[in-house]
Amino acid sequence: MRISLKQHSVLPGFGLTLGYTMVYLGAIVLIPLSALFFKTAALSWGEFWGIISEPRVLASYRLTFGASLLAAGINAVFGFIVAWTLVRYPFPGKRLVDAAVDLPFALPTAVSGIALTAIYAPNGWIGRWLEPLGIKAAFSPLGVTIALTFIGLPFVVRTLQPALEELEPEIEEAAATLGASRSQTFRRVILPAVLPALITGFGLAFARAVGEYGSVVFISGNMPMRTEIAPLLIITKLEQYDYAGATAIAVVLLAASFLLILLINLLEWWSSRHHRKGA
Amino acid sequence: MALVVARTVSVRRTLRQSPVDEPRWVQGALIASSLGFLGLFLFAPLAAVFTEALRKGLGAYLESFREPDALSAIELTLFTAAIAVPANLAFGLAASWAIAKFNFVGKSILVTLIDLPFAVSPVISGLIFVLLFGLQGWLGPWLAEQDIKIIFAVPGIVLATIFVTFPFVARELIPLMQEQGTEEEQAALLLGAGGWQTFRRVTLPNVKWALLYGVILCNARAMGEFGAVSVVSGHIRGRTNTMPLHVEILYNEYNFAAAFSVASLLTLLALFTLALKALVEWKRREEVSHALEAAAAEEGR
Repeated sequence: MRISLKQHSVLPGFGLTLGYTMVYLGAIVLIPLSALFFKTAALSWGEFWGIISEPRVLASYRLTFGASLLAAGINAVFGFIVAWTLVRYPFPGKRLVDAAVDLPFALPTAVSGIALTAIYAPNGWIGRWLEPLGIKAAFSPLGVTIALTFIGLPFVVRTLQPALEELEPEIEEAAATLGASRSQTFRRVILPAVLPALITGFGLAFARAVGEYGSVVFISGNMPMRTEIAPLLIITKLEQYDYAGATAIAVVLLAASFLLILLINLLEWWSSRHHRKGA
Repeated sequence: MALVVARTVSVRRTLRQSPVDEPRWVQGALIASSLGFLGLFLFAPLAAVFTEALRKGLGAYLESFREPDALSAIELTLFTAAIAVPANLAFGLAASWAIAKFNFVGKSILVTLIDLPFAVSPVISGLIFVLLFGLQGWLGPWLAEQDIKIIFAVPGIVLATIFVTFPFVARELIPLMQEQGTEEEQAALLLGAGGWQTFRRVTLPNVKWALLYGVILCNARAMGEFGAVSVVSGHIRGRTNTMPLHVEILYNEYNFAAAFSVASLLTLLALFTLALKALVEWKRREEVSHALEAAAAEEGR
């Protein structure tokens, strides 16, 4: 349904609300964000490269991106299982479990951080069982991955759930009638249909994990070169009044997040176009 | 309870007859691994907060809220949310009215820009305000001359909080108002209502649940924000400490029981948010089904 411009002009308040929107957006978001890019532009290419290629900075990027990728991968697998069981199977307490999936969204990150540390520390509920096995959960890269998995879970589950609900049972029945086994139907029919949602959820979880700070700093132990994430290094640089250093590290992180979001949007656009063509 | 079990069993039985169903043991294994994963990653941390908070008994738990630093942190958190939430609510209403009710060039760019703060790391959200207002920042020297403190003071905390909670209300309202179109508003105007009256009496009731939902999420994030606020706060005890920052300080001082006590308040807020969210979703579904029923009845007549 397209509404012509003439009909629109009947409603009042366009100038006022759009004007307010632009001013507020500019003052709160655009001007402050542009400070980051002006500050970076003041650096020469050599200075910029010098900062982001320091071994300590490179190590923090490796940890941030590596652990984020691993956590998003774990969430893609287990988030799929959680979404699948929530959509398909009846079990007691299901509605409670469904509501609890959003906990990482609602819980302040500092609280998640200290709670996860308490559990996975060597004397914690779970950590004490891992310790004899020689697995150090808290204060290691594994701890960083655990925190980032916690943070990313709702993104995968909440993007997959509607996609799984939309699947029409007739298609699966047709596959079964034509002689496909259940695992064949899953691989050839179900998975391709929900793959765009799965990739979107994976991408959102990854993007969120890259910038995450609060839930990680407690469990990571923050050892330079080993368990220091990039956002923490930004804060360290700021505390030393090294604004240029902090800015350069931040711009790389921000560019990575924007690139991810752009890729996700392109994927969604592509898959919705694909979908429409098929229909 | 017996009824629930009976229903579950009957549902299972009907499921088993379907040709597109996994074997029983696969279903059981999937449910078990799903609950196991959530147990390790969601329910264990949740239980840990309250266990640790009450480790030294209820008396010590309650005592930790009487500490002046804890009280001032609670006060600052409430103060910050009391500014950030209404500010973003007003923005959300204005932005969704302009975007959903009118067609104009560059609309999709504007929607993307509104979502921008979600893509920015909390630490970077704090950093940009330091670059603007910090001592070595753009406006820093001028602000110092005027004796205005923004960074390492309350205004910086409020600004950073507004930034990170910026999209919440708008992004709940825009899709819904776009879906609802402008017909009802046009009818109201045609019948002689004023613009403000139309907005208050027609638009607002139509979006009230989405609005409440956006405000709840905005408030939860405003009270719980850690990274961005941590960068601009300066951690001055009793003055620029919000509740999440106070949790960090107590924790780093190995005062675990007190840290988890304050954390338990924030956790209760999160649980309250989730409960309200479930309620709002249920109300929304109910309204949709009512509308569908009404439409069906209309058609039948």
